[in-house]
Amino acid sequence: MSFHPEHELHTRRKGRNSAVGLLLGGFVVLVFAVSIVKLSQPQSEDTHAPNYVTPSQVSE
Amino acid sequence: MTDATYTDTREYEAQFGDYVELLKPRVMRLVIFTAAVGLFAAPSAVHPVIAFASILCIAVGAGASGALNMWWDRDIDAIMKRTAGRPIPSGRIQPNEALAIGLTLSFLSVMMLGLFANLAAAGLLAFTIFFYAVVYSMWLKRATPQNIVIGGAAGAFPPMIGWVVATGSIGVEAVLMFLLILIWTPPHFWALALWRNEDYKAAKIPMLPVTHGTRVTRRHILAYTLVLIPIAIAPAFTQIGGSLYFGVSVVLNLIFLWGAVHLFRRNDEDTVVDDFRAEKRFFAFTILYLFLHFVTLLVVAALRAYDLHLGSFPVWF
Repeated sequence: MSFHPEHELHTRRKGRNSAVGLLLGGFVVLVFAVSIVKLSQPQSEDTHAPNYVTPSQVSE
Repeated sequence: MTDATYTDTREYEAQFGDYVELLKPRVMRLVIFTAAVGLFAAPSAVHPVIAFASILCIAVGAGASGALNMWWDRDIDAIMKRTAGRPIPSGRIQPNEALAIGLTLSFLSVMMLGLFANLAAAGLLAFTIFFYAVVYSMWLKRATPQNIVIGGAAGAFPPMIGWVVATGSIGVEAVLMFLLILIWTPPHFWALALWRNEDYKAAKIPMLPVTHGTRVTRRHILAYTLVLIPIAIAPAFTQIGGSLYFGVSVVLNLIFLWGAVHLFRRNDEDTVVDDFRAEKRFFAFTILYLFLHFVTLLVVAALRAYDLHLGSFPVWF
């Protein structure tokens, strides 16, 4: 017997599952937004940035 | 047993709101507010998205430590009237669930803060969670009447973390904001403990009025108030304060001092007559006192952002 989609547990936990889904979706959006912001900041000033470029490299 | 034979015999199905309640949303609100003040008062500007994400991490970290606290304190929470309705003692959430949520959110919030902001802020958040869940909840709360003095440190860290998110290091302003909450906490909670005495007695928590009586507690409230006043006014003489903060702080501290002296002069007979009226009013005022101090810091930061300066004021620290 498979875990049928219409299992009674699904209806019982519907509200809870939707809220968790929204939270996870929000988390993905947050990580995406922070990534965009971090990558659009001047990387040459942040020595820890993965795409850090030294001033000498820039002049080359 | 496989998934197919899984049956849940519990009558109540925990709803999403129950899990939210597990994170102590009221404490989280205060944490969000003070962390935001620490972040915005700092001299370095933070991108709004980074600021939002960082404050969210600090709030979730605080919530996680709240869940761990509820998991550990479930036995005494069931005894005290104020806490008997919490998710675990009321049977809505299983203790193991609370532990799992607390640990997961702790790791997640610290890790994400390290990625969003910087490692120093993440380390400070990790220490805050450890301090509240382990040092305060597990070691001190049931062991010493000074529990609240040290426990107050956990609540005092958020503005400092906000500051570190912005600057990457701890400055004197961050230390003063930390001290303000730290020294404010004992008089605030002891005022509450004066009329919640029975609850703490029943749960065998060594609150000061239970172990040393109300006279000693009133003396302690006054003593801590005297220490608090210079600490609360001191930020006026840093770059985040100024004349506006000085004015507001002096007024608030005079009222605080008046209240503490008033409580000191009262005795148990007085409280029977008016049902702890002065104690309750003092407790309510302590909340307003802290709130207005931080609101003023936020206002000063906003004025500075728009280059509006209210006259020159000495910067000593």
